[in-house]
Amino acid sequence: MAGAVNLLVQSHPINSALSLVAVMASLAAEYLLLGAEFVAAVQVIVYAGAIMVLFVITIMLLNAGAEERTKGSRIATLLGVPGVTIGAVLVAWTLLGRSSTTHSVSIGALWGAPKDIARLLFHEFLLPFEVTSVLILIAIMGAVVLASRPEAGARGTRKDEG
Amino acid sequence: MVPLSYYLVLSGILFGCGVLGFLIKRNIITIFMSIELMLNGVNLSFVAFAAHWHALSGQVFVFFVMVVAAAEAAVGLAIIIAVYRTRETLNVDQVNLLKL
Repeated sequence: MAGAVNLLVQSHPINSALSLVAVMASLAAEYLLLGAEFVAAVQVIVYAGAIMVLFVITIMLLNAGAEERTKGSRIATLLGVPGVTIGAVLVAWTLLGRSSTTHSVSIGALWGAPKDIARLLFHEFLLPFEVTSVLILIAIMGAVVLASRPEAGARGTRKDEG
Repeated sequence: MVPLSYYLVLSGILFGCGVLGFLIKRNIITIFMSIELMLNGVNLSFVAFAAHWHALSGQVFVFFVMVVAAAEAAVGLAIIIAVYRTRETLNVDQVNLLKL
């Protein structure tokens, strides 16, 4: 299902953001099939919502057009496509060859209820959870500092000069 | 009933597409999106293994990966905006010096 959408991601120039949204949505459906309803909801909210909005806004802000081909990209294409294909085929062959030893995953068995996840998250993983909140705070501050115009910091000195 | 290996193969394909885009694309935003694609592939394998072993902590890990991806996207896009302001380009081949 997502494999077809996948190929779109490769061929699109800069509006591959939209096909990435499609991949996110199909992955959310995949999570629902796996019974992970909480993860599916978070996937839609965080990825398809927040992160993709960030990407699209950046693309529009920077007025990004189609990319041009360079020598380096051609070399990367020549070397990368066969290499990744060989790797993917090897992984698929290994996994499918051993699939008899692994059980199948039952679809629609909703055992990953949000209640259980919350219990696990706030009891056993409480410290990592708090650490990630600090990480998010630092990331927000760093993003604001990086994206703010450099003139904003130097406005005081410029006013003195003027 | 879908075998576990199908999910793993799909996540491997997603990760491979991410690596491929990372190598081929020369637009810095597209490279960033390929990184997100790789993270998604890993997330899918996390969820598949969590469903396989009936271990809920796999889904908690997916949650943490998403949090880190969100933080990384915010900081990375801010860096991209800063780079574009000073260099007026999005091509990674032309961004080869840390110093102007």
